[in-house]
Amino acid sequence: MNSQNSNAITCYLIGAVFLCVCITIGISAGSLSIPFLTSAEVLWRSIWNLDMPAEINETHAAIIWNIRLPRVLLAALVGSSLALAGAAFQGLLKNPLADPYTLGVSSGAALGAVFVLFLGLSLPLLGSFTLPVVSILTGFLTLFFLLGFVRFIEKSLTTETIILAGIIVSSFLGSMISFIIALTEDELRQIVSWLMGSVAMKGWDYIWLNVPFFVLGAGLLFANRKELNALVFGEETAKTLGVDTDKRRMTILAGASLLTGAAVSVSGTIGFVGLVVPHLVRLIFGPDHNLLLPMSIFAGGGFLVLTDLAARTIIAPTELPIGVITAIIGAPIFGILLFQERCKRMK
Amino acid sequence: MLELKGVTGGYGSIPVVKNINFQMNAGEILGIIGPNGSGKSTLLKFIYGSLHPEKGQIVIDNQPLDRYSQKNLAKKIAVLPQQTDSAFSYTVRQVVELGRYPHQTGWFSSNSDKDEKVVNKAMTETGVFSFADQPIDSLSGGEKQRVLLARALAQEPDILLLDEPTNHLDISYQLSLLDTLKEWTDSKQLTVIAVLHDLNMAAMYSHRILLMDQGEQRALDKPSYVLEKTVLEEVYDAHLQRKEHPSVPSPLITLEPSKRSFDERFDLLDTLTFDETEERVCISSQFYWKTLSSAVIGAGFGWHRFFVNRHVEKDYHCDNPQEEYGAYLQNISLDTADTAGMMTAALLKDGSFIRLKDSEGDILVYATAGTSNAVDVSKAYENTDLSFAIGTINIWIFIDGKLNEAAYAQVMMTATEAKSKALLDHKIIDNHSRTLATGTSTDSMLVAAVHRGKEFMYGGTASTLGKKVGKAVYDAVTETLEKYNQRKNENEKWE
Repeated sequence: MNSQNSNAITCYLIGAVFLCVCITIGISAGSLSIPFLTSAEVLWRSIWNLDMPAEINETHAAIIWNIRLPRVLLAALVGSSLALAGAAFQGLLKNPLADPYTLGVSSGAALGAVFVLFLGLSLPLLGSFTLPVVSILTGFLTLFFLLGFVRFIEKSLTTETIILAGIIVSSFLGSMISFIIALTEDELRQIVSWLMGSVAMKGWDYIWLNVPFFVLGAGLLFANRKELNALVFGEETAKTLGVDTDKRRMTILAGASLLTGAAVSVSGTIGFVGLVVPHLVRLIFGPDHNLLLPMSIFAGGGFLVLTDLAARTIIAPTELPIGVITAIIGAPIFGILLFQERCKRMK
Repeated sequence: MLELKGVTGGYGSIPVVKNINFQMNAGEILGIIGPNGSGKSTLLKFIYGSLHPEKGQIVIDNQPLDRYSQKNLAKKIAVLPQQTDSAFSYTVRQVVELGRYPHQTGWFSSNSDKDEKVVNKAMTETGVFSFADQPIDSLSGGEKQRVLLARALAQEPDILLLDEPTNHLDISYQLSLLDTLKEWTDSKQLTVIAVLHDLNMAAMYSHRILLMDQGEQRALDKPSYVLEKTVLEEVYDAHLQRKEHPSVPSPLITLEPSKRSFDERFDLLDTLTFDETEERVCISSQFYWKTLSSAVIGAGFGWHRFFVNRHVEKDYHCDNPQEEYGAYLQNISLDTADTAGMMTAALLKDGSFIRLKDSEGDILVYATAGTSNAVDVSKAYENTDLSFAIGTINIWIFIDGKLNEAAYAQVMMTATEAKSKALLDHKIIDNHSRTLATGTSTDSMLVAAVHRGKEFMYGGTASTLGKKVGKAVYDAVTETLEKYNQRKNENEKWE
């Protein structure tokens, strides 16, 4: 018991340190390189609202606080959201190949965003927030439609039907997006780069917009981490273990969709994070969701911060879309993992 | 503690389970049997709350099932599934810990010391503690099943439900699983409801059996009442036989292949072939006869198609006659398993065949006799001489027909009486007591029925079969005794 707990605490510590180091690296690197320790100190002092010592360049502090930190934090937030949602989806659907986009919620969010960009919409009161807000709303509409559709097909929400319905919905929404793109002339570049995903130039506001969804979504999933363990063994088994499967599944779907929708609405559809990161974490720390969920947060956040760093530094000053980098890095990692697993099994 | 009142329901509008009623006490094992699609698994689903019955009520500890929350129900009832495969490789301990879920409360609850203790105990009792930290998919089918059993046990349930728990297990695992369950019903007052495919397993381990047929409760009672041949044949639409288990008091159900029509043109006794030499008489048949005998080889009930009466010298002595006889049979290329074999010191050419055949039956009796060792059964206790001498009367009775076990026993009695009468009438004397002998000390008898055609329920002297057996045995023994005496007299004359 105690050994188990202390074991978990060690893992949390490792994860937290990993994320902090990634964030600090993300802040330090860029067109203007700032020493690692300096950025660490600036971060530290900013958090506790301490005065900056004289030897720290004020421009550096301003760059860190106003430009780099929001960007890096947003990357971390989006990465954490996607990895956490991915881990939950994989557990709920009992399928290691599920990802946050399986259910089509992200396609819904993306369609909303593309629609806003296409029409150049700007709703009163919302202003520049029109896009993320509409996007989150359409994401949720998609989820409700999906669940209604599944319930219409059969009374009990079975995993297989949810996956099938998700595939139907997301391919339909995907074709709608393609349809809009086909009609687009001027906004094409904007739409395509949004779709490929980016965390650049969003500022603090986007973080504040995202945080409540993240806290709520993560809270819902954490409250269901034991139920996720039981659900992995199938609905019937989970039920006999005392899990109120209908209620729990809805909660998990809602939590994971919140995270996904919110992440997509601020950064576009960034692929592979939600698939590879939980998979990797599971290989290292085991499939127990008690550990898998928090570790996915740390690993997903860190991973996306590093990917974003690569996206903006590889061929600087040109920025690559972050979604492209995650796939470029993620696919080979995934391949290697699969290969290793096969080798292990052969033994 | 568990009561089902008129439970009816299913998945759609047509009920799969119809009007099931029963009550169970703590520490009881209920076996549910029935053909595929008879609603066994569905009934279990009602009991563990995965399905809700349309009509009727399930009551657990005086409270209707639908008033239990899923968690509280899981504290009462645990389920051992057939086999669950998970996409992710949890360790054995993690799987067993899931069984503690219903006992944990609060949003951020973690495993308490009590949980830890229960989990360890469950793993120890099921014998999986030694691989607690191994991933479950590295285990064999039987080990996995025991892990799932440990998980069910960790729920600390009052009632354990099993859905064909022995499906993927080999025989020894099946037995050990059911033995464990039986023990727990005694030691923990655990109540077990098990859907079982194997009727014999159900018979051996259940206190009561529920037989389901097309969703209905066909029978519910002790195994010996429920497992009735006619009922089972009707429910399962298969030919089967019921016997008593050789070592425990429970019925034993055996299956029969669908019956082939048999060529009735011949009298079956005519198909026997006889092979007589000085060393042995061998009667062989193309098909198997169901035999009851006290032969050296193939004693008791068995199925045989070779019948050997082997001549041995008077001084034959062997510590393990079965083994020696087996080697002998192998030498003459007869399969020991197919053979009923006797031995005698009497000369085989004195043997006698008597066949009695009429419209009511057809039997053949073969007898050989040597009386140098004759015994009066009523005085046998006086003889403390343990020395073993071969002077034997061997009698074989072949019957064209089908006998039940009672008839076999009665035919044995009738034949024994007929033999004794023949000895009395020939004034055979027990050399020790100087009184009239009733047999010899090493007599052997075999009753073989072709097990087709006419059925004989009785073999006593009141029955047609018994009358025939009595007459034929008496005549055969008489004839062989006369041959024996005649030759003895001739020998004496010569000497």
